[in-house]
Amino acid sequence: MSHADDHQGTRRDFIYYATAGAGAVVTGAAVWPLVNQMNPSADVLALASIRVDVGAVDLGTQITVLWQGKPVFLRARTPEEIAAARAVDISSLPDQNAENENLVAGADASDENRALSEDGTWLVQMGICTHLGCVPLGEEGDFGGWFCPCHGSHYDTSGRIRKGPAPRNLLVPVAAFVDDTTIKLG
Amino acid sequence: MSGIPHDHYEPKSNFAKGVESRLPIIGLLYTTLTAPTPKNLNWMWIWGIVLTFTLGLQIVTGIVLVMHYTPHVDMAFASVEHIMRDVNGGHMIRYFHMNGASLFFFAVYIHMFRGLYYGSYKAPREITWIIGMLIYIMMMGAGFMGYVLPWGQMSFHGTAVITGLFGAIPFIGESLQTWLLGAGAVGQPALNRFFSLHYLLPFIIAGLVIVHIWAFHSTGNNNPTGVEVRRGSKEEAAKDTLPFWPYFVIKDLFALAIILAIFMAVVGFMPNYLGHPDNYIPANALVTPTHIVPEWYYLPFYAILRAFTADVWAVQLVSFLSFGIIDAKFFGVLAMFGAIFVMALAPWLDTSSVRSGRFRPMFKWWFALLVVDFIVLMWAGSRPAEFPYDWISLIGATYWFAYFLIILPILGVIEKPLTPPATIEDDFNAHYGPKDGGSATSSAE
Amino acid sequence: MFRKLTLAAVLAVSATTAAAESEAHIEDFDFSFEGPFGSYDQNQLQRGLKVFTEVCSACHGLELVAFRNLHDEGGPALPEDQVRAYAEGFEVFDKALDDGEGDYRAATPADKFPSITGTGAPDLSLMAKARAGFHGPYGTGLNQLFKGMGGPEYIASLMTGYEEPPECAPEDFDGQYNVAFAAGGYPDECKYENGDHKYPGSWIAMGQPLWGEDVDFDDGHSNDLRNEAEDVAAFLMWTAEPKMMARKQAGLTGVIFLLILSVLLYLTNKRLWAPHKNKD
Repeated sequence: MSHADDHQGTRRDFIYYATAGAGAVVTGAAVWPLVNQMNPSADVLALASIRVDVGAVDLGTQITVLWQGKPVFLRARTPEEIAAARAVDISSLPDQNAENENLVAGADASDENRALSEDGTWLVQMGICTHLGCVPLGEEGDFGGWFCPCHGSHYDTSGRIRKGPAPRNLLVPVAAFVDDTTIKLG
Repeated sequence: MSGIPHDHYEPKSNFAKGVESRLPIIGLLYTTLTAPTPKNLNWMWIWGIVLTFTLGLQIVTGIVLVMHYTPHVDMAFASVEHIMRDVNGGHMIRYFHMNGASLFFFAVYIHMFRGLYYGSYKAPREITWIIGMLIYIMMMGAGFMGYVLPWGQMSFHGTAVITGLFGAIPFIGESLQTWLLGAGAVGQPALNRFFSLHYLLPFIIAGLVIVHIWAFHSTGNNNPTGVEVRRGSKEEAAKDTLPFWPYFVIKDLFALAIILAIFMAVVGFMPNYLGHPDNYIPANALVTPTHIVPEWYYLPFYAILRAFTADVWAVQLVSFLSFGIIDAKFFGVLAMFGAIFVMALAPWLDTSSVRSGRFRPMFKWWFALLVVDFIVLMWAGSRPAEFPYDWISLIGATYWFAYFLIILPILGVIEKPLTPPATIEDDFNAHYGPKDGGSATSSAE
Repeated sequence: MFRKLTLAAVLAVSATTAAAESEAHIEDFDFSFEGPFGSYDQNQLQRGLKVFTEVCSACHGLELVAFRNLHDEGGPALPEDQVRAYAEGFEVFDKALDDGEGDYRAATPADKFPSITGTGAPDLSLMAKARAGFHGPYGTGLNQLFKGMGGPEYIASLMTGYEEPPECAPEDFDGQYNVAFAAGGYPDECKYENGDHKYPGSWIAMGQPLWGEDVDFDDGHSNDLRNEAEDVAAFLMWTAEPKMMARKQAGLTGVIFLLILSVLLYLTNKRLWAPHKNKD
């Protein structure tokens, strides 16, 4: 009954291997789209990056935009805020990492490494407390920066954690100026 | 399992023995896969595998589509377009699902007509036939509800028509229709519940398919001669049969590959041919399409439904006898479901002592006419409900019922059948035996 | 009864449409994307986009198409910055603005074309798939099998189908006479005794949108009525089915793969069964 009597040589079995192989290829070609359909669709990918018009933002104020479902703080800092940020001794910081996705991993938390623009005016960071995810309040707290009311984390004018339970500085996302008044996030 | 004597599974390794003693599933799979199958099965027997594959295809593509679909009247249409435009490969998956339904019904009709021709429904396979009929009815329900989901013009107005059928039932009709729709008219409640049931039915179908296979494995497959496999001993059975794996698995896969190549061409090059353009228009309760037509696989029954109008004498007679309770609308509904019901009764209506149509010379002509009738009814169902299509539908419907209720019972009595071969082995050798002039290339199966 | 039967048979073969319907003249335009190996003509799609933008978008929405789709491969494939500039010309309502009240703002590529409902003009995103230009013959579906569904052919025919109304029509009859439009009003004066229509087409509510030379094409391509009609029809086929080319490619690949597999399975099957045939 069994067909397994022809054990001799690869030539006779070639057709079986070829068919099984072709079957595997066709099956694989069919399976891939079923897996890939769960990857982000075109409309989701289209919102992977957005452009924000910051032309109307006065010095010393901040706008908050929703990006990929999360708040982003874009602040135009005053010279005083910048100076205060740059005067801080980095070795005294709880988190000495820049937490800036635009730089290499090991960069330190100097203000220059966190600000978006050379002159330090623009600071762009995720408005999500690194403790448990609340949205910190601006122009609050003991360090002139942000204060998270949920569990009392204090961030300075560079968005770095100074006091409180939050472990890390506010995350600086991928961001860049694409023209004088437009910042592209992502 | 089947009454045919065969080798049973003997677990070899300790692992296999351990599993088998706790849950004899390996043995079950082994027995199913190596089931002794009549040698002489022809290409009309491949459709079961096509159906099983297509059920799998519909379930897989369906589950994927549900990841992106929104069953709300304001968002359903747009969500389907989101699938077509934004989801990776979404357009292909949607077209596979849409045309997969057509493939499913194409295969099931050939599968059913195979059964009707070769007498597969006759004893001892009545239960297989009834389960098959149940699967078919579930398929019709699943197909109908699936068509509603894109919420196009045909989705909406087709639903209004079909749920309206239930409203035709005397006394309880109106409450039944309201209960079905969850409202006075087609709307959000209908869409939501049809979505739920559309997801459910394929799994019920899958369960019924397993029972269907269990049933025909218990009796053994029919074959083109209608002559049963010899069951005296394993040696005898081996002369009439070959194990399902690999002989029929490979044969079936070959046929499946050809059919899928054609299916792929349809999906790739003409995916909207079998559909209706009106369903690319978002549903609008205030605008009725000029011609409401169901999908092609419902057309024969749609023709039967519409054929029985108030001026048909049979309708008038029944209406009179039932004191007006059975009106033309309800008569049509009864006729439509009745057409499936009489088909289900075939095992008991067919009186022939010979199983296979191959050996029934008179039967062959009536059967051929039934096939033509089915196609004519399908065509008539697509036409407007007016002369001459109303007459054609009525004649077609009459023949359908006459075939099952009058012709089948009478034929068995008056027909003089030919003599079937003594054994399956004889039939097989007649085609492929050594008396064929020694030609080794008689591959015209 | 037999006379009725014979009559039925004859009529079934000779009658196509019911008395109250209009026949429409749909021309079988030749489009570059027809057939298994057809493809969209990028320049044609860009010209069609221009016709849509400058003429049709005044009344018709395109709500299923996103501006970013204009950049997609296989379509008009405009460069990204052009798409951004084009999108900025449109306004979209954003619910998130103005403290939740919502306000209008310039569109970005991620937005969809606006939806326009106030004019009573249907959205055009799917128009090329929502209409069949070809039917029958006699319900057999053969015309659609060989010529395609005829959606874009219908649109192009409609654009070029405006003609002088027949003499019988009253001066003030609602709508414009169009030989390609079957679903509109029809004056009783132009019907026969039995209700059949004397002339093809019907009266459409839309005024003639294209006359020829309505739009100037940057590549200097002819902008006569026929070309404009073909270009906008091709563009609308793309808006209805942007993935057509990917689909045809997948279809071709699939068919080839499966045919190869079929051949291999055929040979395997033959090899398997050989010992059992032509001997016992």
